[in-house]
Amino acid sequence: MLKVDTEKCTGCGECEEVCTFGAICVQNDVAVVDQDACTLCGICVDACPEGALELHDEERLLATDLSSWKGIWVVAECRSGVFAPVTFELLAKSRVLADKLSTDVTAVLMGHEIESRAQELILHGADRVLVIDHPELATFTDEVYGNILADLAKKERPEIILAGATAAGRSYIPRVATILNTGLTADCTGLDVRAEDRALLQTRPAFGGNLLATIVCPGHRPQMATVRPHVMRASAPDPGRKGDVIRILPGENLLGHRVRVLESVKEQAEGPNLSEADVIVTAGRGFEQEKNVELARELADLLGGTVGATRAAVDAGWLSGRSQIGQTGVTVSPKLYMACGVSGAIQHIVGMQGSEIIVAINKDAEAPIFDVTTYGLVGDVKEILPLLIRSIRKKRGL
Amino acid sequence: MNIVVCIKQVPDAKTVRFNTEKGTLVREGVEAVINPFDFHALEAGLQLKDTYGGEVTVLSMGPPQAESALKEALSLGADKGILLSDRAFAGADTLATTYTLAKAIKKLGPVDLVLCGKQAIDGDTAQVGPGLAVRLGLPYVTCVNALSVLDDGKTMHLRRINEDGYDILELEMPALLTVLASLNTPRLPSLKGKMRARKAEIPVWDARELGAEPDRIGLAGSATQVVSTWVPTFEARREMLEGPAEEQVKALVFRFKEAGILNA
Repeated sequence: MLKVDTEKCTGCGECEEVCTFGAICVQNDVAVVDQDACTLCGICVDACPEGALELHDEERLLATDLSSWKGIWVVAECRSGVFAPVTFELLAKSRVLADKLSTDVTAVLMGHEIESRAQELILHGADRVLVIDHPELATFTDEVYGNILADLAKKERPEIILAGATAAGRSYIPRVATILNTGLTADCTGLDVRAEDRALLQTRPAFGGNLLATIVCPGHRPQMATVRPHVMRASAPDPGRKGDVIRILPGENLLGHRVRVLESVKEQAEGPNLSEADVIVTAGRGFEQEKNVELARELADLLGGTVGATRAAVDAGWLSGRSQIGQTGVTVSPKLYMACGVSGAIQHIVGMQGSEIIVAINKDAEAPIFDVTTYGLVGDVKEILPLLIRSIRKKRGL
Repeated sequence: MNIVVCIKQVPDAKTVRFNTEKGTLVREGVEAVINPFDFHALEAGLQLKDTYGGEVTVLSMGPPQAESALKEALSLGADKGILLSDRAFAGADTLATTYTLAKAIKKLGPVDLVLCGKQAIDGDTAQVGPGLAVRLGLPYVTCVNALSVLDDGKTMHLRRINEDGYDILELEMPALLTVLASLNTPRLPSLKGKMRARKAEIPVWDARELGAEPDRIGLAGSATQVVSTWVPTFEARREMLEGPAEEQVKALVFRFKEAGILNA
């Protein structure tokens, strides 16, 4: 329980300001706690300049009583009615991990008018689905999504929470971990469990993939990770699977937010988005002119992929900044990466070297890109790409 | 406008080498630079200061040599720099880092805006910005690539990039933002700025100065632990296709076919 030392409290309101759950407010110059709304996160305890707030010890002990946290949660992500593929990838992986731990898999589904989608999550591996369906969840906000998930986790005590390392996931999952005062490992590419201590072994790249690290969260629960899309494999839906769908009404105190969504714009994407694409054809300086970039588009279309850009191609105005791959752009790991007219500056290489097959086409046989290449072609992209496009068309009988 | 910009000193990607046997970063000969994204956070802060006045404070947690990163930020126009440095801060994960940074920002007094780069290029976690915002009780927006302040001087409109496009968002300061490189083009240091930076004193705050609890900082305050690191090997897979362009293309298409790439 959160206690206020009324002798020390000056009624300054710092605690009220930092409480994301509206669980504390100043009345008659003293902080008053709404114990039902309080999630015992302790953020206010840190914020109080007078040291007037205290979490009782038994609560802290309880929070670290590891064996009372059970089950694996997968946070489902559904954008404009479409599940992010990583949701199914996580369910398949969790199924394997849960079997090793002899526990179950729960999917958490937040959104508006979304309950009908719960069944898909069961077919893909969930044993039960917690559905939080509310108009306030129609658009994504860090505060509401984060507060609801943190509150649920406090009450239900899962031992593991996994979410996609998507734009939304990487934004609000850190909020949840901070509120829960637990560890979070970002953008994992490998997950396993150690049965003897139920540790989640989280493998992730650092330094743009030049270093891999395995990370554990020994003394805190839940163990939390965001997982890079497109690394793990989803399993086919199993029509025989059964599970429970549990509808949960979010408390009013969880629905407040200070960031308002004025507009959500979908940009005309050139094929699938970079982080989920199987094939990426990247255009670099070697294209020389904007009109030649059309060749990269044509090849990408032909292979069902999307077009990426180097910094140079973005600076030249040929492609938008959101296509940029590398250190200050996006990190990708498709099945096939085609670096066309790309010299291979380290800042670019760190963003793509995890790709399965890398093909490079460059006039300069000494270009550093060839150091990370599976197949290298020496030549001018303007000559090679038309040949390649024609040859693939022919193979397909087009 | 009181603005705090959090920066991190990171190894320069151009000089970084890895020890494949030990699975670690080779520290010798590595140059330290300001994290590339943080230049854009600083530039955003400086532009707001240019328009609305106020003060830009740069804050960094790191070893004593991180002072040079703060001095570089001063040479670009930041008003003051503060280094959070203490052996006890070492080994901090994002949970301990955000605790420490939050302590320092609270000590600085009221702030209108906290700016961070989207992520640091060494850890690549992108977790410090959101975690820090929670500890400070601030609303936050990540991955910002355009921003404007309305006439009231308090309301901001922001563009946040996501997989499908972007959102236009509105919030009132105080707030925290993490920014993308496409937000702006960082300025270069001026001669005057460089001279000012050279003479500037950078205060160093340690754990005691911050009033930080020992079990909340550094390794002791970290929930996560690294159990092993290794350098991935991109096994000798390089094959240069030979011959004139037609031959190379033929060989590539053959390999594509073998790999099942043309089946789709």
